[in-house]
Amino acid sequence: MRLQLIKAAEHGGIVDWPLEQPLDDWTIDGMQKVAGLHRHVVRLVEVGQTSYVVKELPDPLAEREWRLLRELAEAGLPTAEVVGVVTGRDDEADGLLITRHLDYSLPYRSLLSGRGLRIPYLGERLLDALAGLLVRLHLAGFYWGDCSLSNTLFRRDAGALSAYIIDVETGERHEVLSDGQRTLDLQIATENVLGGLLDLQLGGFLADGIDPVETALAIESTYGRLWDELTGIDEFNADETFRVDRRLRRLHDLGFDAAELELVTTVGGSRLRLVPRVVEHGFHTQKLRAITGIEAGENQARRLLNDLSRYRAVLEKRGGRKVVESVAAARWLEERFERALAAIPPEMADKLEPAELYHQVLEHRWFLSERAGGDVGIDETVASYVADVLAAAPDEQMVTPDEI
Amino acid sequence: MVNLQKRYDNGFEAVPGLDLEIHDGEFLVLVGPSGCGKSTVLRMVAGLEDISGGELFIDDAVVNAMGPQQRDIAMVFQSYALYPNMTVADNIAFAMKLRKTDKAEIATKVAEVAELLELTAVLDRKPGQLSGGQRQRVAMGRAIVRNPKLFLMDEPLSNLDAKLRVQTRAEISKLQRRLGVTTMYVTHDQIEAMTMGDRVAVLRRGVLMQCASPAELYETPDNLFVAQFIGSPSMNVVRGSVTAGDGDNIELAMGSQRITLTGESAARLQGLSEYVGRDVAIGVRSEALGGDGTAGIDVDVDLVEMLGSELLVHCTIDAPAVRAIDTGVEISDQPESSIVASLDPRHPVKMGDRLHLTVDTLRMHAFDLDTGEAVGRRADLR
Repeated sequence: MRLQLIKAAEHGGIVDWPLEQPLDDWTIDGMQKVAGLHRHVVRLVEVGQTSYVVKELPDPLAEREWRLLRELAEAGLPTAEVVGVVTGRDDEADGLLITRHLDYSLPYRSLLSGRGLRIPYLGERLLDALAGLLVRLHLAGFYWGDCSLSNTLFRRDAGALSAYIIDVETGERHEVLSDGQRTLDLQIATENVLGGLLDLQLGGFLADGIDPVETALAIESTYGRLWDELTGIDEFNADETFRVDRRLRRLHDLGFDAAELELVTTVGGSRLRLVPRVVEHGFHTQKLRAITGIEAGENQARRLLNDLSRYRAVLEKRGGRKVVESVAAARWLEERFERALAAIPPEMADKLEPAELYHQVLEHRWFLSERAGGDVGIDETVASYVADVLAAAPDEQMVTPDEI
Repeated sequence: MVNLQKRYDNGFEAVPGLDLEIHDGEFLVLVGPSGCGKSTVLRMVAGLEDISGGELFIDDAVVNAMGPQQRDIAMVFQSYALYPNMTVADNIAFAMKLRKTDKAEIATKVAEVAELLELTAVLDRKPGQLSGGQRQRVAMGRAIVRNPKLFLMDEPLSNLDAKLRVQTRAEISKLQRRLGVTTMYVTHDQIEAMTMGDRVAVLRRGVLMQCASPAELYETPDNLFVAQFIGSPSMNVVRGSVTAGDGDNIELAMGSQRITLTGESAARLQGLSEYVGRDVAIGVRSEALGGDGTAGIDVDVDLVEMLGSELLVHCTIDAPAVRAIDTGVEISDQPESSIVASLDPRHPVKMGDRLHLTVDTLRMHAFDLDTGEAVGRRADLR
């Protein structure tokens, strides 16, 4: 038997698991089945504050998925954090792939059942997230081959959702995907999403207001729009170079960044052609991390950066002079972000990620201010949010489909 | 496929130019070692890879520029997820809702497919109430209900364990014959290819080495590569020479061994008479040794493997081994080589014996040492 572990010091407890035994026979503490559609035996194991997902599958597939998940992570794509792989077990038993459970992730069955987890425009949010994920994978040359709701986890992202690929068994990494590969991948995604939604509907688990066929079909148009926006070629007059900035801003609004722009003069030199060469996701996430150290989803980061900008404007107005961004960020972190989170009772603090909590506090503040007809302070907002919203909200740090 | 080509931007030529016709209703298997271009060919047919040159026809239409959806083909996956809350009928039909097919047509198609797959009696059941075989057929039904012109399967059994692979292999073959849908199947496993295909196309480095029925590939390989790739154990091939030949008789030498081909055997390899005084690769399959035959060779027994239905005897012969390699033909620099004979399990042979093995000269093969091409075969005896 061979066990390969990443960050062995952090996940050392894994060596004490009965790795030689079939996963179905394990009886260790903190283990539970994972409901949903699985081709293989899958178990969730909780060890202290960390939860792992263990999947049993043939050695070559385990090795392949181990390699692909690491490649995806290295490329900065949203995926399950792979921890270890076990191969060469006795009696030609299948191998094991061990990933870390994604904290605060919401399996689609929990998300779409509409029980306890309230997300407005859920159907649209879901397909936006899934189409966005597929576009990012395709830009990186990754053909998924089995994009489905059950192979994806979702996380709240400031009113929207962000999607994470967690099963890459059928995936392939290429330099660049052909249009045919993208088309087929999208077709498989559409069919799989329809299957997943219809199945929930037939089981009586689908929240009202989501039409399975419309939602599934909309993935194709959402994907197409996003792909065109990110990769499309712009052509404009040579004296309209402001359109380069405009295009960049549009990319940033979508959370992407062009690492390289190619400007080509057309024949005659009167027109310019703009080709965004490499497009990277996480523009706001990276900026927020760089100036505050906060880890957040793209929409959360955008929201927090907006709050920081407003706070900076207040500081500048109050002091009557410019305040550099790094100084404003340090003060915002201490006086707004950390102050708000510190006011949340410890027993509720883990219900949501810190960035999501702060986003919801901002949402609540807007709601209170509208109702009061004037600005409501942050302390008053947090007190009201805790009492009226957070106390009754479910704990989302560890949601498994078994809980619905 | 007419001169179908695939070149990548880095200049790598995965398929230099392939001519291949798949007949209506045929089960064609593309087989070859890793990197031989078989999946690339399948992906070009599926519309997943851009075609660099040549033409791809489906029926009489050139489809080079068509996307996967317009080609009316179905990529069949090894394991579709079955949805637990849906009935068998829903699991087969649900994707048709995306194409706005009307309910009556859906019902008709599902009934037809269920009949073909022997699922009519369980149409109202949920997947949890089905046997493993039934679940697989439901998954197949989802692809079949689209009524595509062509099924494409890329190593669909590679994820299964050995036992299930054999079962599923039989299931797919049976189903394909019953449906009569043209099917192109890619595998690296020559046993899978031989047991499933009506015809098998063997590829090496993007070049078609031979396309023929499994029996023809096995009995009359066109070249050394096919001879050694097809069959398990692999064909025994050693270097020999043609010492004499006048059309009626051909004399071969392999190390200290001498074999004379006469009558039908000589006629079958009559072209060898042009090789008198030259070296050739001489091949014989394991089951053509130790049975009927007038000629014989003397060997030393190294290992005996009892497989129940046969005895595999590994022996040493005093002639160097010849094998097909990626770039052509390789002759071992060792004067001796190992060959395998498949004998009756009751044969009283043991390790260390000196054994006289009869050779069925009607089943001998010869290959040119430079080109690897089969030589001396009379066209009407192929």
